[in-house]
Amino acid sequence: MEMEIPYTVSARPDTGLYNAKIGIWLFLASEVMLFGGLFSGYVFLRMGAQPGYWPHGMLNVPIGTLNTCILISSSVTAVLAWASLKMRQFTQYQMWMAATIVLGVLFLIIKLCYEWPEDFKRCGVYIKQEALAKYEPYLGNQYLYSKGLPPRVEITGELENEDALTNPNTREYDLHVDATYADPTNPANDRPSFFQRPVSDKVVKINKADVDFASKFYPSHNTFFGCYFLIASLHALHVFGGLIVFSYFLITGSKLYRKNPEHLCNRVEVAGLFWHFVDLVWIFVFPLFYLL
Amino acid sequence: METSTAIHSHDPHDPHGHGDHAEHHDLGFWRTYVFSVDHKVIGIQYAITGLLFLFLGFCLMMMMRWQLAYDGKPLPFFGPLLARFVKNGGMDAGGVPGVMTPDFYNSLGAMHGTIMVFLGIVPIAFGAFGNYLVPLQIGAPDMAFPRLNMASYHAYWVGGVLMLSSFFCPTGPPKSGWTSYSPLADLMDKQAGLIFNGQTIWILAMVILISSSLLGSVNIITTVIQLRAPGLTWMRMPFFTWTQLITAFLLLLAFPPLEAGSFMQLMDRVFGTSFFLPHGEVFNNQLVNVSGGGSPLLWQHLFWFLAHPEVYVLILPALGIVAEVITNNTRRPMWGYKAGIYAVMGIGFLSFVVWAHHMYLTGMGRVVSTFFQTTTILISVPSVIILTCLLLSLWGGSIRFTVPMLFATAFLPEFGIGGLTGIPLAFTSTDLFLHDTYYVIAHFHYIVAPGTIFAIFAGIYYWYPKASGRMMNQFWGKVHFWLSLICINMIFMPMFLQGMAGMHRRGFDGGKTYTLSAPALHWNVTIAHAAWGLGLVQFIFIFNFFWSMKFGRKVGANPWNATTLEWSAPSPPPHGNFVGPIAAYRGPYEYSVPGHPVDFVPQADPQGPRTDAGALGH
Amino acid sequence: MFSINHFLGMPMNASQHGYTVDEMLEFCHWFMLALFVGWGIFFVYTLTRFRAGRSPKADYYGVRTKASTHIEFMVIVIDALILIGFAIPIWAKRVTHFPLGDALVVKVVGQQFFWNFHYAGPDGVFGRQDSSLMSSSNQLGIDLTDPHSKDDFVSMNEMHVPVNRDVILEITSKDVIHSVSIPSMRLGQDAIPGAEIPVWFKPVKIGTYEIVCAQLCGSGHYSMRGTVVVDSQSDYESWVKDEEQNASIGATLMPATPASAAPAPAPASPAPAAPVPAGGQK
Ligand code: HEA
Ligand code: HEA
Ligand code: CUA
Ligand SMILES: [Cu+2]
Repeated sequence: MEMEIPYTVSARPDTGLYNAKIGIWLFLASEVMLFGGLFSGYVFLRMGAQPGYWPHGMLNVPIGTLNTCILISSSVTAVLAWASLKMRQFTQYQMWMAATIVLGVLFLIIKLCYEWPEDFKRCGVYIKQEALAKYEPYLGNQYLYSKGLPPRVEITGELENEDALTNPNTREYDLHVDATYADPTNPANDRPSFFQRPVSDKVVKINKADVDFASKFYPSHNTFFGCYFLIASLHALHVFGGLIVFSYFLITGSKLYRKNPEHLCNRVEVAGLFWHFVDLVWIFVFPLFYLL
Repeated sequence: METSTAIHSHDPHDPHGHGDHAEHHDLGFWRTYVFSVDHKVIGIQYAITGLLFLFLGFCLMMMMRWQLAYDGKPLPFFGPLLARFVKNGGMDAGGVPGVMTPDFYNSLGAMHGTIMVFLGIVPIAFGAFGNYLVPLQIGAPDMAFPRLNMASYHAYWVGGVLMLSSFFCPTGPPKSGWTSYSPLADLMDKQAGLIFNGQTIWILAMVILISSSLLGSVNIITTVIQLRAPGLTWMRMPFFTWTQLITAFLLLLAFPPLEAGSFMQLMDRVFGTSFFLPHGEVFNNQLVNVSGGGSPLLWQHLFWFLAHPEVYVLILPALGIVAEVITNNTRRPMWGYKAGIYAVMGIGFLSFVVWAHHMYLTGMGRVVSTFFQTTTILISVPSVIILTCLLLSLWGGSIRFTVPMLFATAFLPEFGIGGLTGIPLAFTSTDLFLHDTYYVIAHFHYIVAPGTIFAIFAGIYYWYPKASGRMMNQFWGKVHFWLSLICINMIFMPMFLQGMAGMHRRGFDGGKTYTLSAPALHWNVTIAHAAWGLGLVQFIFIFNFFWSMKFGRKVGANPWNATTLEWSAPSPPPHGNFVGPIAAYRGPYEYSVPGHPVDFVPQADPQGPRTDAGALGH
Repeated sequence: MFSINHFLGMPMNASQHGYTVDEMLEFCHWFMLALFVGWGIFFVYTLTRFRAGRSPKADYYGVRTKASTHIEFMVIVIDALILIGFAIPIWAKRVTHFPLGDALVVKVVGQQFFWNFHYAGPDGVFGRQDSSLMSSSNQLGIDLTDPHSKDDFVSMNEMHVPVNRDVILEITSKDVIHSVSIPSMRLGQDAIPGAEIPVWFKPVKIGTYEIVCAQLCGSGHYSMRGTVVVDSQSDYESWVKDEEQNASIGATLMPATPASAAPAPAPASPAPAAPVPAGGQK
């Protein structure tokens, strides 16, 4: 097995690149198409949604902002890890690499252990077209109409009688509505606010006969959540994959470093490129789902 | 550029020179034959697996053709046998063992399409030929990422086996065509459980197969960019390698959107989302309990965004094989080599902007339809250019009709028929009549069956001696060719007539329901017999294939007097491929160079005229 | 005159616009035939002329004329001609020049595995539909409380249209994608749930023609056959009258006693199809 593949470590003179670097760029091109396909799906569904059926302000913006900052910092530390290797400062490299991993893990913890469980607690109830008038006091559609804003067709909040979702004998949903529906004609509620306000203490009873569809904020709740959870979990999987690779380099790196530091350096560079890409995807996810 | 030693000398300082040290004995059976990282072994693994799938796909179709010809009659012998093994009762309609149910027909159709495209042709044309030949043709010791290469093959067969496992689901294999249109594919067969049902397995298997193709294409592209031997400039690269390179780009960029679509369909099926389900969706006369708000057309866009480039994935490697075989057997350079390459690039680019020509009847406005009609017509131009190049390459040749050449020459008019019948499909107004009739089936089968499959046969007969060191039997090769040619045309030619009569595809009873198809109904019997004939004829090939491994005539490194680099390696090439350093000194097809005593000059021969006929032509 | 289309067995056209489709297809086929025969002759000649036996030494340079460039150029020109001369105008007419005025409008609703043809009845207005009202006796979920729905009628698998009058079909589907293909009318349009897509034609020959479901829609796809009966004006009117009496929504959803012309049917609450709250508004 002493056959060697050329240009695994050093660059080929006429292309100026080593193999893995081309490989990763190609792989990222395909990743662009993958996320491109998902985002086009998002655009397609959003453009096709009937007025009022594409929700806004459903996600926790401060948490999203925090996570954005964490991920961007981790990209910076990843670059620093690579730069330290280039300068052959191995302990520095270990430090930055560890920092990158910590930040990445933090991102996942915030997302999976806090943000999503909070989402799953909330619930939304779509009102039938012909029953909208009945719930006008909570929807404020007259008011929205007069201002030229799209109507509200859904009431959100936290469900008091959880069994209503599964038990066909329960006739109505008792919903602790979100602040917006407690005071629907307040201009402050025209747009989603940066900080998520706690649910109001108002409980609205919604008759099941008036309801199109009700569920917690699971992927199936609407196409918005479908897109969000699909793209965000795929993104989280990428973060997870990156963390595994980084951890591998951190743990076993010293062996390769002693043998061929440039090789390790290349590997970290390639994994870093992947990491930046994952970061970039998040830079799209955040505004598209949290802000717009 | 400068490596001046003769081919067989050994330069210890050159990395390529390590090839001949590589010995197999230290690797053991598993690492040599199963988990090998040698591109040639992987190529052969791909070839054998792919051929088995191809044959399986054909067997499913032979059963379907029985049903179309003899609706309601039990399939002799195999039918009752299958009735016992197929768990979902697909082969005992009305309690008669061996009679096919409509559901099972639909399953077979979906599996035929899927197997042929994703498990048969692509793995053979790209996985097998690409893997085996690209490193050899560019003078590389192996692929750039050998381990990735192995992973890609193993993902492939795992995906394939998973796909086949759907035959053992309680509700049988997927039933909504290879196109898996939602909402049918979203909602069907859910009673069988969330995961172990045909359609969900189809999605999971597709995701694995897509990943396998992605690994393969990253590998091929990197290999071609990085590992070309000294002197092998872009315009000295064999046409075959060019087609593989462009094919790899198509796979790399077109597959991921389908992966995205597959994830969405998976979510729809497993988590109850409604990416592809509109408001008020009804199934089995019941409102479906989903939020709605999705779009059935979104799936079609994502699917065809892949599937149109995919069909060029099926044809480009075939064109590459045919170009190699034709130049070799006409004994002259490829006419219009450069124009051909630009045309391949043009096809590659345009294939990303024509996908909606499969969706003309989904309610397309004037502007969109004009766009897609125009791009579809544009893409036929580079195809015509390539075909013209190949056709004109024959002129002035000294044509030897070897078995590979027979298949390659037959390819030209057969591809012509398939390609030309694409033209009326390309226009909305004529597609209005032809859409989803057997005319479409005939159109694309002329391209993939007597087209791509023939090219694959040509390639197998042509490179068999390289891979095995032995020649396949030429006489039986010729018998195989002529009988296959007759049968395959008898299968697909009548389908044009059926389509024109208004017979639609995917009809379980072969169009008996409709009086429209009555005048063309009798062809179903002819087609069935021709298909079984074709099936029988393949045993000549299979026998020849295995018999020649042991008893075929032994040959040297270059039995066809060919020029490209792979023929400068021993047959079969050792681990690491070339004995001594390798370099290219001229264009790929320097046959019959004026003033040269023999009618070919290998690319790797440092002596002889340094010509680049590729620069000629137009 | 010899026509390739008919040689290939294309059924006769029975609609006003159909001949444009036929002409274009005919033209395409001649074009294809010319190319194929031209190339074929060259091909066969070359294979015999340059076989190794007759041509022992190959010519390094091969074809040196520019003829092929001219041929390729001609192909492009003819392609462009078909595109601009036929394809784009014909399609523009299909999708933007809908007949105005007294066109007959029929809603076509595909469903596993038959066709519903929903007529608006004498008042010319379709009754409101709501998928949550669908039931086995009210396949389309027509709202009986809507006064417009009383005279609506739904014909199963058989559509009647009067000859020489423009017809607009509003095509949709309840469940999965189907496709309305009427080969004799040179008409085709997918039936997509959640979308209602109009197409138009004008039948010019009295007769019975088949409607093919052209999109795989499940186990009964192969037999999802409908017919369109092109009647003379008077036949059409009597058919409508018949349907009006026997099949109008008011008549079919009335409780029993078929003979007596019942008074305005009380909107007996139609049993909701699905017990679970479900998404659906149109
Ligand atoms: C390898 C596969 C392949 C290739 C290369 C092509 C090539 C082309 N295809 Fe085809 N196509 C398919 C595979 C392929 N197709 C498949 C699988 C489907 C159906 C999918 C499904 O629904 O399941 C399909 C369906 C399909 C449709 C949709 C039909 C419908 O569903 O209603 C359309 C419409 O525009 C189309 C058009 C074309 C065109 C214009 C080309 C052009 O690129 C063709 C250009 C080529 C030429 C113009 C030939 C030129 C050469 C000569 C003339 C030489 C002659 C030589 C001699 C005589 C020696 N194809
Ligand atoms: C690459 C793609 C490909 C290929 C090669 C084929 C090959 C063939 N196809 Fe298929 N076909 C499709 C792709 C393909 N098909 C698709 C996508 C559909 C649409 C499915 C759908 O509706 O969703 C379809 C549908 C389809 C139909 C329409 C069914 C229907 O609408 O109801 C028919 C009908 O006859 C048909 C027939 C055939 C036949 C007779 C062959 C023959 O040409 C097969 C010839 C095969 C061989 C000659 C085998 C060679 C192999 C060997 C000899 C093995 C050697 C082995 C070893 C050495 C180990 N095909
Ligand atoms: Cu309905 Cu096919
Ligand atoms: Cu296509």
